Amino acid sequence: MTKNGTLVEVKNLKKYFNTKRGLLHAVDDVSFRITKGETLGLVGESGCGKSTLGRVMIRLLDATAGEVHFDGEDILKYSPGKMKELRKRVQIVFQDPYSCLNPRLTVSELIAEPLIVNKVFRDKASMNARIRELMETVGLAERLETVYPHELDGGRRQRIGIARSLALKPEFIVLDEPVSALDVCIQAQILNLLDHLKKEFGYTYVFISHNLSVVKHVSDRIAVMYLGKIVELSDYKVIFTDPLHPYTQALLSAIPIAKVGSKRDRIILEGDVPSPIEPPEGCRFAGRCLYRQDRCTTETPELREIAPDRFVACHFARNLKRGGK
Amino acid sequence: MNERKLLLDIQDLTIHYETEAGRVRAVEHLYLELGYGETLGFVGETGAGKTTTALGVMQLIPSPPGAFKGGKVLFEGEDLLAKSEAEMRSIRGGKIAMIFQDPMTSLNPVITVDKQIAEMIALHRDVNEKEALEQAVQMLDIVGIRPERAKDYPHQFSGGMKQRVVIAIALACDPALLIADEPTTALDVTIQAQVLELMKELKRKYNTSMIMITHDLGIVAEICDRVAIMYAGRVVEYADTKTLFERHVHPYTEGLFNSIPDLGEDQEDLKTIMGLMPDPTNLPTGCSFHPRCPYAVETCSRETPAFVEVEPGHKVACPVRAAAGKNGKERAS
Repeated sequence: MTKNGTLVEVKNLKKYFNTKRGLLHAVDDVSFRITKGETLGLVGESGCGKSTLGRVMIRLLDATAGEVHFDGEDILKYSPGKMKELRKRVQIVFQDPYSCLNPRLTVSELIAEPLIVNKVFRDKASMNARIRELMETVGLAERLETVYPHELDGGRRQRIGIARSLALKPEFIVLDEPVSALDVCIQAQILNLLDHLKKEFGYTYVFISHNLSVVKHVSDRIAVMYLGKIVELSDYKVIFTDPLHPYTQALLSAIPIAKVGSKRDRIILEGDVPSPIEPPEGCRFAGRCLYRQDRCTTETPELREIAPDRFVACHFARNLKRGGK
Repeated sequence: MNERKLLLDIQDLTIHYETEAGRVRAVEHLYLELGYGETLGFVGETGAGKTTTALGVMQLIPSPPGAFKGGKVLFEGEDLLAKSEAEMRSIRGGKIAMIFQDPMTSLNPVITVDKQIAEMIALHRDVNEKEALEQAVQMLDIVGIRPERAKDYPHQFSGGMKQRVVIAIALACDPALLIADEPTTALDVTIQAQVLELMKELKRKYNTSMIMITHDLGIVAEICDRVAIMYAGRVVEYADTKTLFERHVHPYTEGLFNSIPDLGEDQEDLKTIMGLMPDPTNLPTGCSFHPRCPYAVETCSRETPAFVEVEPGHKVACPVRAAAGKNGKERAS
C-alpha cells in the first residue's frame, strides 16, 4: 500500500466542532500525502484549521470523517491498545513552551515522563543515561537536570518539549508553531536544532506555522490553508516564486521583507477571514478574492494537480482575470 | 537642511527596577533622537528595554519598583522628567499618544467604541459630549470603520478592527508623537498589512512623528525612516533605515539580521548569535554583548563602549567594529 515512500496519507479528512452557533468546519475535506523524510510546511492565518489538522492527523482529536494512513494502515480505525503503541512513533511539539510543561517537575523528570509512561526502561541507571543523552541531543547542559521550567527561558523550555517528543524515538513529529513564542535569535537556534535532528535521525515533520519565512526555511513542500481547506500545495520554492492561488499570492505579498527598497505590488485583502461556522457554498475565499467570478460562489473548487506535484484549489488558476465586482 | 529639528531627544536615560532578585538595569545610559515627522523603528529582543523606554517617555513607569536614575527626556525642548503629574496628564494622550501591543486588552469591553474615543477627546479638548461623539465618529471614518459600527462594543470587532479603534483613540487629539508598541504583533499577516498600510497613510496625512517598537525588521524596512537597535538596556546602533540595512556595523545588529530566514534564497544553517540575553540584574562588565560577540577583544570586557558616530547620522557602540569599518568599506553580508 505504501506508494513510493509515503509515510502518511490523509484522505478526505474532516473535523467539525459542534458550537452553539452551528457546525464549525475546522478541517473540511482535506487530502494529501507526506513522503518519508520530508518536511511538510502547513501555513495559514489564525483560525484556518492548521493546528486542528495537525492534531487530527495524530488522533489527539477524533476526526469527523476521513482516513489517515500511517505506514499503510488507517490509524483512525485503531483500537486504544494499538493506538498506544502508535503513540511512540508519532509525536507532537506544542507552541507554547510556557504552558505545555508541568511546572512542578524538574527538567529530567519532564524528559523521563514519556519513558516511564511507556515503561521503556527497567532500571533507573539506563533511563538516566537516556535522559542525559536526550538532553545532550537537544543542547541542554547537564547542570539543568534538577532545574524547574520557570527558571529557564523560552528557548530552553522549547528544547525540553523537543527532548520529550524525541524520547521514544518517533518517526513522525508534528511541530505546532514551535518557534512562534521565541525571539528571532532563539528562534534561529531552535530551527537549526530541528534541522540537525532531522538530518541525524531521519524524522518526518509536519511544520505548522503562520510565519512564512520560517516555513520556507524548513520545508520541502508547503501547504497553504484557508478556512479549513488546503488551497495550494507545492514545492517550497515554487510556491514562493509562482504562487497560483489568489490567497497564496495575497499572503506572500503581505509579508514585510527585511530589505530596504524592495518594491512589490502589495495585494491588500479587504475584510477579514469569514467565520468557519456553516461556511457558504463555493470557494471559501471568494468573498475577498480580486478575481471572483460567478462560478466561484456556487461551485467548490477541488484541490487538483495542475502540473506535476502542484496542487491548487481554484477554478481559474493560471487564468486569473480581474472580474468586475 | 542639515539642521534636523528634534521633537524628542533622550539623553543618558537610566531606568532601574528594584526587585527582590536585585537591581534590574532595564535602561542604561540610553541616547535616542527623533526628528519632526520621522518614524523611528525601535528594535530589540524581549527584555531589551524597549517598552520600558517607551513607558519612561510617557512617565508611566510603576514606582516602586521602577525608578529614574538619571538622564533627560527632552520633548519639544522641555524635560518631561521635570514635569509635574498634572502636566504629564495633559501631555499623555494629548501631545504623546501610545498604542499598545494587544488590542484585545486595551479597550474597555463594556463601553461602545465611539464613547471610548470621545472620552479621549473630551479630556483634552474644550468640547461638549455631543461634539466629542461626533468627532469620534469622524475618527472611526479616518481609520476605515463605517459610522454604523460606532455603537458596537469591542467584542463585536475582529482583531484588526480593534487595533483600528485603538489607533483612532491614539490619533483623536492629533498628537505630535505616537508611540506604537508592537502594534501588529498580535495580528495575522494579511491583517497586519492592512494596519501598516493605514498607519503609513495616516502618517503621510498628519505628519505625526512616530516611534515604532517592533522586533520585526521587515516592518522597519517598510515603514521607518530611522532605526535604533537596542540590546540590554542600551541603544547599540542608530542610523537611517537604508544605512542600517546596508552598512550595519554592530555585531549584535549583524547577528539579528543573520537570524532571519531569507525569503529570497536558500540557506543551510542560520547564523545565530551564541548564547542568550544577559540577566538584567547581572549585566556583564564592559560591553554587555561581549560574551556573545565573535569580534570581542580583551578590552571589551573592561570598557563600556562609547556611542560614537561612524558616519554622519550613524552611531555605533562598538569601537572594535567601528575601527574595522573605517579601514575598509567591505563587509560580509
